[in-house]
Amino acid sequence: MTNSNISKAAGAAGSVTRRTVVAGIGAAGIVAGTSPFSIVRAAGGPLKVGVLLPRSGVQAGIGQDCQRGVEVAAPILKELGLPELQIMNGDTESNEQTARSQAEKLIGDGAQLLVGAFDSGQSAAIAQVAEQKGIPFVINIAAAPQITEQGYKYVFRNFPTAVTILTDAFKQQLEIFKQVGSAPKSVVFLHVNDTFGTSMAGGIGKVMPKFDMPYKVTETIAYDRAARDLSVEIAKAKATGADALLVVSRLNDAILLTRELVKQRWTPEAVLSMGPGWYEDQYFKTLGKLSDGPISFVPWYDPKKKLSQTLKAAMKKAYPDVNMNTNHVYTFEALLVAADAYKRAGTGDSKELTEAVRSTNITDNVSIGAGISFNAKGQNDKVGDASIQNVGGELIVVAPEGAAVAKTVWPMPPYDKR
Amino acid sequence: MPVELYLNVAVSGLLTGLIYGLSALGLSVIFGVIRIVNFAHGEIMVMGMFATLVLFRHLGIDPLYCIPIVAAALFAFGYLLQDLVVRRIVHLPDYMQFLLMAAIAVMIVSLCLMIFGPDAQGVQVAYAYDSFQIGPLLVDKVRIYAGIAALVVSGLLFAFFRYTDTGKAIRACGDNQVGALVVGLNVRHLFALTFGIGTACLGAAGAILVLLIDVHPYLGPSYTLLAFIIVIIGGLGSLPGALLGGLLIGVSEALAGLVFQPSMKSAVSFGLLILVLLLRPQGLLGKEVR
Repeated sequence: MTNSNISKAAGAAGSVTRRTVVAGIGAAGIVAGTSPFSIVRAAGGPLKVGVLLPRSGVQAGIGQDCQRGVEVAAPILKELGLPELQIMNGDTESNEQTARSQAEKLIGDGAQLLVGAFDSGQSAAIAQVAEQKGIPFVINIAAAPQITEQGYKYVFRNFPTAVTILTDAFKQQLEIFKQVGSAPKSVVFLHVNDTFGTSMAGGIGKVMPKFDMPYKVTETIAYDRAARDLSVEIAKAKATGADALLVVSRLNDAILLTRELVKQRWTPEAVLSMGPGWYEDQYFKTLGKLSDGPISFVPWYDPKKKLSQTLKAAMKKAYPDVNMNTNHVYTFEALLVAADAYKRAGTGDSKELTEAVRSTNITDNVSIGAGISFNAKGQNDKVGDASIQNVGGELIVVAPEGAAVAKTVWPMPPYDKR
Repeated sequence: MPVELYLNVAVSGLLTGLIYGLSALGLSVIFGVIRIVNFAHGEIMVMGMFATLVLFRHLGIDPLYCIPIVAAALFAFGYLLQDLVVRRIVHLPDYMQFLLMAAIAVMIVSLCLMIFGPDAQGVQVAYAYDSFQIGPLLVDKVRIYAGIAALVVSGLLFAFFRYTDTGKAIRACGDNQVGALVVGLNVRHLFALTFGIGTACLGAAGAILVLLIDVHPYLGPSYTLLAFIIVIIGGLGSLPGALLGGLLIGVSEALAGLVFQPSMKSAVSFGLLILVLLLRPQGLLGKEVR
């Protein structure tokens, strides 16, 4: 993943190469109704990995954050004795159509494996292309369960599905309540009303009754993703007299909600988040001391694993002001899967490479769970989630017990006494 | 739900509505006189927000004190934009004008992305999290300051158009351009001045708004749409109408969020818009065109 490799890739993007022609013939074969055949490429050189991320558009910030996981990967993979990867960057522009066309372009330019794309919709679009072209696609982040329920042969996901995330969230909430010897009796459920928020809200409705939760949801408040102001939402939530907040949000609304909590002089016992926003770097930077307290239930890294410490050190060195997070971890692990498979396959041949990805069994990894391996559907069903709390500007794992490094701070410290 | 909750929400909506109104004044002033629909409205306001952010971060100037500085800078921008670019296309069909303004909007977004990146950024003033307790009311201090500032700027604008010779000359241009030329008014200069005043309003609104919300390059279109809704409800080209429309939208959005669902806020704005278009197409304070 050197600069020269990247520039070579960029150079290749603008010209017709032997690989382009071969890939074109492959695509033509598919169109003609033949089954996708293996695209054979010379072994020995670095594996060409097309990394598709939303680098512009509304998700640009997150896409660029994922890229940090790519930037720090090369020396770590080398240290692990894995082969070199040649990264080919693609921008999905935060939309599905571009994700599809960029995937096609990267494959046309010689990509032997695809990684991406943070978002479920964009990942689903890339998965169709990967399947059609017969190129392995390792999803870094996308939670929609249906992606790995389509019977795809070339699609692999090392990220928990929404159902797993929710199940783990409720399990770990019970673990936390037991740990602190206290639990809220009522919560207000606040969620953003975009695709992610509404599907999570639907999932919560289905998963929560399976657990004997100590609280009742007194009110569900859905708000617009593009909301400019969330004062009404917090006023309404406060008026219910609920003990805690259950939230599914994004970054900007997490900041807005926190500001309103402070302004309206309300510190709930806890903010329990089942989505992004509350643990992100920008949240800390924007809110300073006021960022402390919320607990997020998210796919995360196991701080006790050796490779987590290596990745964290590399991140700290490259980005001293950035806390390592989900985006970095799972993007890095997608590259780890690629390099590991390439080493075992010994070739860039798409079929052999796909089989190598399918038989992945990495135990020395970063994320929570028993390691990386894929079931028949291409899903890593060993990957788990963690409960992380914002404490002193850092993200501390407080559950599950096996990965926890500290006890939960409960209740949240009052906003007016910080 | 307790009465004080409704009161709190209504006051908050009223204060937010004042800022919406100020922002919509910029659109109304430009359309009322030059008859150009400024599709870059929101993006120009975002420029004002970013300018305030820079002044706050690098020079430590409170956004409220930034209002005259940013307004002056955007006045110059607007004046030059009208005189150098927009003036040359006013005789072209409407869709060409729309395209030009949309192109300017895209350029502003790209420029902001290049300079400031895609992340949302905000100012953190010392009083950011303070609130006033007035009886049962708990009112956000920033919102009060912002609302008062919006009221003052709007008042100055009304006074300018009503009591100064230049303001009267601009209104004359808006009412009858040929007549204005006949009596010897420098219409080219007055148009540029009007565009500058419109963008200065946006600068002021941006400087105030950055106290309430974080700015990012993609914020513009939603405010362009909001301003259109406000000026259509209030009456296209009517300055008091723009302010009234802003207040109506601010309060109705806030109360709709409370009474129904917060995600219904936009539906209420658009519902009001449809109602006004059906019952009073010229807007609440607009003049009927026959």
